[in-house]
Amino acid sequence: MLLSESTPIDWPDSPELADRAAAWAAAYIHIPFCSRLCPYCDFAVVTGRDADFDRYLDALGAEIDSEPAWKQLDAVYFGGGTPSIIEPTLLAQVLERLDKRFGLATDAEISLEANPEDWTLAKAVTLRAAGFNRVSFGAQSFEQRTLISLGRRHRPQQIEAAVLSAREAGFSSVNLDLIYGSAGEDVARWTSSVDQALGLGLDHLSCYGLTVEPGTDLYRRISEGAPAPDPDLQADQWERANALATNAGLVRYEVSNWARPGHPVRYNLAVWAQADFLGFGLSAHRLRDGIRSHNFRRFDTYLDALASGSAAPIAGSEEVSGWDRELERLFLGLRRAAGVISGAGGAALAASMDGKRLEEAGVIDFDRDRLRVRKPLLTDAASRAVLALPPP
Amino acid sequence: MVIILWGSQIGTADLRTLGSQMAHNLAAQMVEQSQIRNFCIIAHIDHGKSTLADRLLEQTGAISAREMREQVLDTMDLERERGITIKAQAVRLHHRSGDGRAYVINLIDTPGHVDFSYEVSRSLAACEGALLLADAAQGVQAQTLANAYLAVNAGLEVIPALNKIDLPAADPDRVTQELIGILGGSASEVLALSAKTGEGVPALLDEVVRRVPPPAGDREAPLRALVFDSYYDSYRGVVCYVRVVDGSLLAGDQIRFMATSESHTADEVGVLTPKAVPVHELGPGEVGYLITGVKEIGRIKVGDTITHARRPASQALPGYAEPKPMVFSGLFPTDGDDFERLREALEKLTLNDASLQYEPETSRALGFGFRVGFLGLLHMEIIRERLEREYGLDLVATAPSVAFRVHLNSGDLREIRSPQDLPEPDYRTSIDEPYVQVMIITPAEYIGSVMELIQSRRGLEGSMHYLSPERVELTYQVPLSEVVFDFFDLLKSRTKGYASLDYEPSGYRPSDLVKVDVLLNSVPVDAFSAIVHRDKAAAYGKLMTERLRELIPRQLFDIPIQAAIGGRIIARETVKARRKDVLAKCYGGDVTRKRKLLERQKEGKKRMKMVGSVEVPQEAFVAALRVDAD
Repeated sequence: MLLSESTPIDWPDSPELADRAAAWAAAYIHIPFCSRLCPYCDFAVVTGRDADFDRYLDALGAEIDSEPAWKQLDAVYFGGGTPSIIEPTLLAQVLERLDKRFGLATDAEISLEANPEDWTLAKAVTLRAAGFNRVSFGAQSFEQRTLISLGRRHRPQQIEAAVLSAREAGFSSVNLDLIYGSAGEDVARWTSSVDQALGLGLDHLSCYGLTVEPGTDLYRRISEGAPAPDPDLQADQWERANALATNAGLVRYEVSNWARPGHPVRYNLAVWAQADFLGFGLSAHRLRDGIRSHNFRRFDTYLDALASGSAAPIAGSEEVSGWDRELERLFLGLRRAAGVISGAGGAALAASMDGKRLEEAGVIDFDRDRLRVRKPLLTDAASRAVLALPPP
Repeated sequence: MVIILWGSQIGTADLRTLGSQMAHNLAAQMVEQSQIRNFCIIAHIDHGKSTLADRLLEQTGAISAREMREQVLDTMDLERERGITIKAQAVRLHHRSGDGRAYVINLIDTPGHVDFSYEVSRSLAACEGALLLADAAQGVQAQTLANAYLAVNAGLEVIPALNKIDLPAADPDRVTQELIGILGGSASEVLALSAKTGEGVPALLDEVVRRVPPPAGDREAPLRALVFDSYYDSYRGVVCYVRVVDGSLLAGDQIRFMATSESHTADEVGVLTPKAVPVHELGPGEVGYLITGVKEIGRIKVGDTITHARRPASQALPGYAEPKPMVFSGLFPTDGDDFERLREALEKLTLNDASLQYEPETSRALGFGFRVGFLGLLHMEIIRERLEREYGLDLVATAPSVAFRVHLNSGDLREIRSPQDLPEPDYRTSIDEPYVQVMIITPAEYIGSVMELIQSRRGLEGSMHYLSPERVELTYQVPLSEVVFDFFDLLKSRTKGYASLDYEPSGYRPSDLVKVDVLLNSVPVDAFSAIVHRDKAAAYGKLMTERLRELIPRQLFDIPIQAAIGGRIIARETVKARRKDVLAKCYGGDVTRKRKLLERQKEGKKRMKMVGSVEVPQEAFVAALRVDAD
């Protein structure tokens, strides 16, 4: 059981859970290393820098130690990049460092992202022993040709093997990431992928529409004439995934996320609840004491900043306060199935022309003190309206 | 208090540049009528009129090589770019003829586009002769032919000439035969020139002296001077180009404009060498400029006759007409805050373009703007371009329309210039639309294709005339609305660019016209309404609904796009509701970036116009209303 016995298990889309997350303490650790670059990825990743694992982890440790004291952590999330590419013992050391600095709650969710390609039972056992209890595999698809078009090297069978070994090692929460809308992937192929994923008895499923980000290889290909993802097809695929996941007993609690009760990602729930959270590593973001800040994105700049020991690796920051903070609260909360407490921003939206049109079109509704998006695929229409609201 | 400046005050008399003292002395000499020749050059665009004018200026020393810019007669940038002359000008040339005598030759420039045919006719009225210039490779074009007929009908001596004889593709014999076919005479009367190389140019002015008659005015008669053009100078106000027919115009004279009955003082008279040089007097047959201190160009009408206030002529010179806009379009600033700037810009443009007319117009879709009348489509394009380029305005132009005449049940006749003004069917009996007589010259091989085009444009009463075995002149009556927009482009594409076109108004005729409205989500969009022939209504409706389906972004709900005549729907398309509008993910590391992305998208939406509950991008109005054929 991920949550302690004394905590009642919330339904994943319950407002109480969504709102309670605002009080959680979460931390993000970025592991930027990848064996190769995926054509659609625009995250802060490096390839061919495996010789720098130690230097990087030293830098991470220094950054953790320099963070002002904070609450005990309820959730830690190792994202990437590919955290699983690193020796599990090194990841364990980072976790230890966090524990030493802030303390980890006894029921803390300790999650990492992993690539089915490099996952082994041995790794799983070591990581589990170190305290990791949740793993999220970048499965992307169970169709070989879709995996190829996404530039992924693993085979569908490796996904299954990875999930089974994670279970065997005692991970209490297992997630798969899938991507829909790749070139040549129709609804039938997508259905097959989702079916196979759910057939593994997942605790959590994330389905992302393929997004064409500027600067990526995918962007270049499409600007050179390759077909772009079709939003109508993606809508069909999302609806199919939602139906299949629901039938399998998962509950959608965010635009792209489904979970069994007790398994929504705590780290993400905290972020969407606009909780303060910590971030460490290359390009990591954080929100603390009303300031959003982010680290250097260039690998060497980040390392140098920490090696010199003098400067924080902060590349930029912004104050999130007043009306901006209120609108951001809504913008983040609207992505959740539980919606968000209306507050002053919700009142302004309800009174605005945009808000009335959205309500009329059935995109949003106001239920007592709660604002919800009823058509998740149109969330951004509501978000844009929110972010344009003038202060009252 | 009015301070009258006399023409002799040369120091202040800089129109644009100061004339040299020598030029002034030459210009100021009294000129005998027998020593004057006034002529113009009639030529198709690109047939070399401006280059020839440059050669003549060089040859007569009117302008030094150092001062020589190419095509000095075309002063506006836009003209340079388009290769068309918009405003006529006049230049005084000094020529010592083969007979040993000195002559003053006034070269009067003529506009080269059908939109400006009235101005052409006034320029012709200031001349006794015209040089009909034809490209030795391309032959006579419809525009040239129309102007040549105008010149012949005005009693001008027309001298045919071939230009560009240096071109490898030149076919002087064929084009000579065409010119003879049009004007009569013999091949020996056709001059052969190359304005580019200068070949034949030296002999040209001798031919002008020999063949163009001297002006035949009466020096003792009451003053009659023709205003054949005008422009606005920001320092001097309105500058008129005048041709004295009878009597003399002196600086300081009290003068009267006979059509407008306005009286003014001739503050300054002068000649253009091409620099402005003040003179004491312009005698009969002389061509020059006049400044009266009038600041608004609309108060001085091209074609008006100037006479003396004290001893007026009894009869004005013939041919005066009010400039009449043929094409109307609504101009709306994309940013509603620019309305006042648009008004100011139009005011300024009318300072030197009396043919431009405008009145405020309100559109539910586009807000506040102006209904603007133009001489033709080219004129419209020039004005729009000037508004955007010189005044930095971002405009939406509604579909151009002609002026219709509506017979009301009451028996009244009402002219309407906008589809919005069309009375409901219950209040009207019939609608007349303007027709033009269209003249097309085309290589014979394209006759079938050209006639097909004309018939598709409701052409009537056709006739055909062979200029030569290879080239044919077609004449038809065609509704102006069918000609004015894309007809020329289609004609060009059907004839590989070889056909040429001219047209002139030929009155109104009744037509079976209907108003087609376009509705977005059941709300009519006034900017897209059009008055079209009943047979073309379905095609217009289909075109507009299809264009708009492509141009209107998908929104939260299905948007029906309909075209309708009254309550009857004639075309329908649907913009399907948007199904997916969401970022795939937004986690801790994305929050700031994703939020900014959405904020930027929202900014973009601010440029949308709301039509009912439908968001329509500005670009959709511009693109849907573009004139060109698909």
